[in-house]
Amino acid sequence: MNLMQLFRSSRKEENTASIAKERLQIIVAHERNGRGGRDFLPEMERDILKVIQKYIEIRQECIDIKLDSHDGCSILEVNVQLPN
Amino acid sequence: MARIIVVTSGKGGVGKTTTSASIATGLALKGHRTVVIDFDVGLRNLDLLMGCERRVVYDLVNVVNGEAELHQALIRDKRTENLSILPASQTRDKDALTHEGVEKILNQLAKDFEFIICDSPAGIEHGALMALYFADDAIITTNPEVSSVRDSDRILGILQSKSRRAIENREPVREHLLVTRYNPDRVLRGEMLDIRDVEEILAIPLIGVIPESMSVLKASNQGVPVLCNDDSDAGQAYADVVARFLGEEVPHRFLEPTKKGFLQRMFGGNG
Repeated sequence: MNLMQLFRSSRKEENTASIAKERLQIIVAHERNGRGGRDFLPEMERDILKVIQKYIEIRQECIDIKLDSHDGCSILEVNVQLPN
Repeated sequence: MARIIVVTSGKGGVGKTTTSASIATGLALKGHRTVVIDFDVGLRNLDLLMGCERRVVYDLVNVVNGEAELHQALIRDKRTENLSILPASQTRDKDALTHEGVEKILNQLAKDFEFIICDSPAGIEHGALMALYFADDAIITTNPEVSSVRDSDRILGILQSKSRRAIENREPVREHLLVTRYNPDRVLRGEMLDIRDVEEILAIPLIGVIPESMSVLKASNQGVPVLCNDDSDAGQAYADVVARFLGEEVPHRFLEPTKKGFLQRMFGGNG
């Protein structure tokens, strides 16, 4: 570190490498999940949307689907925001 | 039996061709008959890094199409004995390669060479798939940087599903992580992913770490693989990689920041 950097670093600098690591761990784990077979989530989302739309008028943005794994157990989370 | 090694990464510009040139040269210098093939059809560059660009007459696609014999297309390296280069075509379409065509060439090369290095193009399309399909070993070239690590993980998935070994349910392709352009000073400052972080995320064995080095550009300027430069840290690191690949136990080097003198620390400079 030289004198100029000494002045600059008086501002708190973030450790960007650890941010990179965190982001990578999340995205890589997510992408590995999809590798097992084809990524069926987008298609399933469309199908669920269609079923709901038969009864309630909702838009595409109101539905959010996630597939998570914890300790060998997969959790499918479907979030549907209904209109007021 | 010849061993087929693909040098791949997914992402472009991380050092695949630099790595292919140095590893092929290193294996040949150790006395192994080695051939290095440029699979980047349409954008050949291995010839430039090996310094044989003016000696290219026929190329990989010519041989696949039966327009030339394999021995006519192979270029013998001027510097290193036991080493040949098979250049890519500069004019053809990347779809010019077929499984059958490539397999035929590899079978022919396997009779004369111990190691066949396949320098993959970037991306995950036809050319990259062709380069990795027949591989026994894969050197996953990765920069300590988010997009490169992610793409390396992607290419690992492809190796595990689309290589011949995967499709035929044989023993999987041996994967080796090679981290290039590593800068320990920036790691210390928290600006660059630590080698352990990259290893942890990709979870494959580390075969080497090549430090970011001025000598890499100088070597490519001259068309001499950086491994040939004994004074270069990157060259030495590549020599270590070759030794490890051949089963020697060599400790990793160049992982710690360079020690700077007092004045350099005070006033900076290109450390």
